[in-house]
Amino acid sequence: MKRILSALAVGVVAAAALSGCSAGAGGDKVIKVAYQKFGNFTQMDSQMKSVAKQYEAAHKGYTVKLIPIQASENDYYTKLSLMNKSAATAPDVLYEDTFLIKSDASAGYLAPFDSYVKDWGDWSKFPDNAKQAGQGEDGKLYGISMGTDTRALWYNKELLTKAGVPVPWHPKTWADVLDAAKKVKAAEPGVTPINVYSGKGAGEASTMQGFEMLLYGTKDTLYDESSKKWVAGSKGFEDSLEFIKEVYQGGLGPSVQDALDPNFGNTVSGQLLPQSKLAIDLDGSWLPQNWIKGGAAAWSGWNSAMGETPMPTQNGAAPDATSMSGGWTLAVGSKSKAKDAAWDFVKLALNKENSLAYDVNATQIAVRTDVASDPKYVDANPTNKFFSDLVKVTHFRPATSVYPKVSNNIQVAMESVMTGQQSPKEAAKTYDDALPNAVGGANHVTTK
Amino acid sequence: MSSTHVVAAGGRGGATAPRPPARRNRLGRSVGRSVPLIPSMVLIAVFLLGPVISSFYGSFTDMSLTGSAAQGTKFVGLENYVQLFQNPDFLQSVWLTVLFLVGSAIIGQNVLGLGLAMLMRNGNTVVRGIVGTLVVTAWILPEIVAAFAAYAFFHDDGTFNELLALVGIHGPNWLYALPMVAVILANVWRGTAFSMLVYSAALFDVPEDVTESAEIDGAGGAKRLVYITLPMIRRSISTNLMLTTLQTLSVFTLIYVMTAGGPGTKSSTLPILAYQEAFKFSQLGLGTAIATILLVIGAVFSVVYIRALRPEVD
Repeated sequence: MKRILSALAVGVVAAAALSGCSAGAGGDKVIKVAYQKFGNFTQMDSQMKSVAKQYEAAHKGYTVKLIPIQASENDYYTKLSLMNKSAATAPDVLYEDTFLIKSDASAGYLAPFDSYVKDWGDWSKFPDNAKQAGQGEDGKLYGISMGTDTRALWYNKELLTKAGVPVPWHPKTWADVLDAAKKVKAAEPGVTPINVYSGKGAGEASTMQGFEMLLYGTKDTLYDESSKKWVAGSKGFEDSLEFIKEVYQGGLGPSVQDALDPNFGNTVSGQLLPQSKLAIDLDGSWLPQNWIKGGAAAWSGWNSAMGETPMPTQNGAAPDATSMSGGWTLAVGSKSKAKDAAWDFVKLALNKENSLAYDVNATQIAVRTDVASDPKYVDANPTNKFFSDLVKVTHFRPATSVYPKVSNNIQVAMESVMTGQQSPKEAAKTYDDALPNAVGGANHVTTK
Repeated sequence: MSSTHVVAAGGRGGATAPRPPARRNRLGRSVGRSVPLIPSMVLIAVFLLGPVISSFYGSFTDMSLTGSAAQGTKFVGLENYVQLFQNPDFLQSVWLTVLFLVGSAIIGQNVLGLGLAMLMRNGNTVVRGIVGTLVVTAWILPEIVAAFAAYAFFHDDGTFNELLALVGIHGPNWLYALPMVAVILANVWRGTAFSMLVYSAALFDVPEDVTESAEIDGAGGAKRLVYITLPMIRRSISTNLMLTTLQTLSVFTLIYVMTAGGPGTKSSTLPILAYQEAFKFSQLGLGTAIATILLVIGAVFSVVYIRALRPEVD
């Protein structure tokens, strides 16, 4: 009994001492930095460790407390939101997905940067659309882009050549893309001509790599930025579904059952492309991550076998190509007691040297123009230049807090078209009818 | 419990004191005896009752993870419930949950578990050992491992279809064409061991002589089962039904890994729907309302079992 009591006492004292350590560091100023560290994704961890060292050396009296959160993407969002809810746990600097900036800003979790970037010389190195990616619904700036990703058409040079499509391939319109796929279908029966992610199985990949790559190449968008309303009844929406119908009902795409498998993305990058069973793939800039040495599906010949070309706009209208981007930013928490110091940390982490190091190590597409043209970055991966150039024409998702529901409805529309349950017109109508409910009322919807 | 009470009462105050004070004493004593229970009751209140009440309250709010509603949580009354009952996806999820429950727990696990337990009692030691090991293996696997194993088994190019191909049957793509059948079979596979163990123990307690005398009286196998065995183990049946029901209602990992609730929403049971609303769409309040309804469904089934099988009356 005595022993138990003394053990308890020791425990209590130790706990008090530990909590004293974390809370009582007030004499020394602490910056808490929260970011994701999960599975193979350790690049952010090493980057933050390096930046923390530089920061502590330059700012005497400050300590950087790194909080790596071990969680997959969706769980990371949840954990970060829970941390942000309470001032006791809210971090000073956060690794924040562009996908969540708008909703976290309206939740009051983030502090605006506008007054800070005015005096930051490097801000001019960020292209306008990357600046917009960090904006909240109120138009204020809440996140600074660390790196991004873009999307385009990957194609198998050999398969296209065999089908009589000249390589390098430069489709100018959607019709050119479908024509090439039809030629592959006619020439090579064992090959899937084209993959466009679609349906609920692939989740957000269907919405972003599939549907939005089409829609943002038409004259229409999902969301009208000027009136801050969601768009219903647009022609572009129906046309994009028509493209999906041609791919899946026209026998140009993978079988519907395969495409609806939640793991289909891995099948594409790990099997179909390396085994030359897929000719054209509308996919992301990150594919080589799987194929480089040490990747999930190492493939030494990928760079000579695969070609890349921008996704054309529907009818070849300027700017000739389109792309969609996600990517992550650094943000400062609104509950932070040391916002100036936190901003200094963000500035340091995203200066040219650190951005360059991160974009190379984490195979990101560079946002800063000076990084994108740096030979060290360009030489790091043979496709870096191609995908960085797409940043000029790229779009960011209207990722407000209702976006996940809208995205879900888009996947439902795609799925009913690809399975033939509904015509593009009917599916678009279903989407339009469900839109007011998804976005919080008919007053948030504008009909074209 | 009651016997110690009587002994203690008789042992101390009972002999000399007049009646009313004794009763008061007894009351005082039972209050006194409850004192040691207070710490555990406090623990239960804090860690069990607390979350239940807070989740019940949460289902009447617009609590969310992010977005403008996260700024301040408002009480919205029955709005979440109204929204749910107007949503065809929710009604479908309730139906799928009941289907999953009846198919995999009440029929699948219970009947198969009882059948296996009865066969095992009559089987020889070697067969018993092998069957027991195979069945229990599925149960001791962590849920995530079992889920991936089931995914590999039912996948279009999976083990099941390969086996069917051996005998010349071209199997369907189970996860796509018959998602509910696939997840129900997977849950039967995973959960039967539990029922089998419970029923094995229960059957062990059925006295041999009762069964034998029934046999002498001319009762056949089926009659013995219905009139002797089942009534004698009905307490175990009730407990087992309740446990498997509650376990099955909360199955999430298995379905999420195998079909993620799809294709479309064709296997989206209530836990999957709650996860989607709470963590994908950030509406914690709505997700909590679904969880509360799940709780109610569990309670309804539990009451039915207790009433129907009355374990406490002999």
